[in-house]
Amino acid sequence: MKIKNSIAISNTGFIFNPVSGESFTTNQMGVEIINMLKAEMAYESIKDHIMDKYEVESTAFEKDYYDFVSLLKAYLVIELDK
Amino acid sequence: MNKRKSITVAVTGLNAIDNPGPGIPVIRCIKESEIFNSKIIGLAYESLEPGIFMHDLIDKTYQIPYPSAGMEVLFERIKHVNSIEKIDVIIPNFDAELYSFIKLKDRLEEIGIKTFLPTIEQFEERHKVNLNSFGDKYGIKVPASHTINSPNEFYKLPSNINFPIAVKGKYYDASIASNIEQAQQHFNKIANKWGLPIIIQEFIDGQELNVTGLGDGNGELISYVSMRKQYITDKGKAWAGVSIEDDNLKNITQNFINKTKWRGAFELEIIKKKDTNDYYLLEINPRIPAWIYLSFGVGNNIPEMLLKLCIGEKVSPSLHYKTGKMFVRYSYDMIVDIEELEQISTLGEL
Repeated sequence: MKIKNSIAISNTGFIFNPVSGESFTTNQMGVEIINMLKAEMAYESIKDHIMDKYEVESTAFEKDYYDFVSLLKAYLVIELDK
Repeated sequence: MNKRKSITVAVTGLNAIDNPGPGIPVIRCIKESEIFNSKIIGLAYESLEPGIFMHDLIDKTYQIPYPSAGMEVLFERIKHVNSIEKIDVIIPNFDAELYSFIKLKDRLEEIGIKTFLPTIEQFEERHKVNLNSFGDKYGIKVPASHTINSPNEFYKLPSNINFPIAVKGKYYDASIASNIEQAQQHFNKIANKWGLPIIIQEFIDGQELNVTGLGDGNGELISYVSMRKQYITDKGKAWAGVSIEDDNLKNITQNFINKTKWRGAFELEIIKKKDTNDYYLLEINPRIPAWIYLSFGVGNNIPEMLLKLCIGEKVSPSLHYKTGKMFVRYSYDMIVDIEELEQISTLGEL
C-alpha cells in the first residue's frame, strides 16, 4: 500500500490529487497516518506509534485505521495493489 | 531586454457576463505577453458588452454586424475598421461567427489580416449534430446523440435512449430533462432562442473535465491545458476550476489532434463517467474557451502562441504546465458615463 507520488499533502491536512483535481481535508491524525504511509511504514509500526502517542484502544485504532485507509483508496490517494 | 513586437489584434467575444465570451480573457493573456506589445481592437455585437468599456484592456471598440447579416456586410465593416486601425490579426471567439471568418480567411489575408482557424471541413465535422459520426470516424467515445426538429420526435427516439437526457441547442444552451414533458419544454425554449435542430444526447453522470489547446494543422499538438470544473453556475459554466494532468485526457487530446489535423484553438468538453471511469467527449468547441486565462496561469499562454501561429512564426510544442492552479471568476461593477453608451450606440465605435 503506497500513497501516490503525485498526491500533494500539506501539513494543515489539505490533500490535492493533480490527476483528478479532487481535494480533501483531513485532521492532524490523518496527516500523521498519511505521512507514515508515505514513508512506507508497516501497519504494526504505525499502530505502535499512534498507541504510544495517543490514548487509544487497539481494536478502536484498527477499525478507524482501516476505515481511513478505505477512504483513501476510494479517493484514489493510495495506489491500488496490482 | 528584448524589444517586444508591436501587433494590432482584433478580438470578438467581449460579453464578459455570467455566460462569458472568451474575448476578455484572451485579451488579458495577450497583454501578459513578453513577446508582443499589443494594441487591442474590440469587435462587439451589442452596445452593452462589458469589454467595450474596459479601456485598460481595449484600445478601441467597433460594432460589427451579426452573422445573420451575411458575410459581405461583415467583410465591408472589417475592411472599414482595418482602414483605420491596420489590423494584423483577428481572433474570433464565437462559434456562430466562425463560419463567416473561416470563409473570409483569404479575403482578410488580402487586406493584411491574418487568422489561424480550423478548415471549414474541420469546423463542420465536429458539429454537435455530427458527434456520433465524428466519434465513429476517429475512435473517440461519445454519448449517443440524435438530432430532432420537432417536439413530437421525442416519441420516435430509439428505445436505448433512457431518461434523463440532455437537450442541446445547435450552438449554445443545454438542459437536462427527466421525462418527455420536460424535454419538450426545453426543446421549445432552446429552439426559440437558437433555432433548429435540437440535439438529444444520452445523459452521462460524472465529473466534467475540459481541455483547451492548439493544433498546428499538421497533426501536432502545440499546447494544451486540462481543467476540472470546481464550481458550476446554473448555466453550466465553470465559475472556478483547477488545472490537472490526467494522462487519459492528454491521450484523447493528442489522438484528436493527430487524427483530425486540427488547425487552431479548441476546447474539448469531456465527462468522466461515475461508475466506469470511462471518458466521453461531449463537445468540441472550435475556439478558445472563456477560462483561457488559466493557460497563462499555468505557464502555457495559448493566445500568445496562437498569435505567433497567425503571423507565421514557428511555435515549439509546450505540453507541460503547472497543476493545482485554480481560476476563480468574479464580477464587478464598472461606472460608465452615459456618453460612452451614446457613442457606441450611435457611432458604432468607442
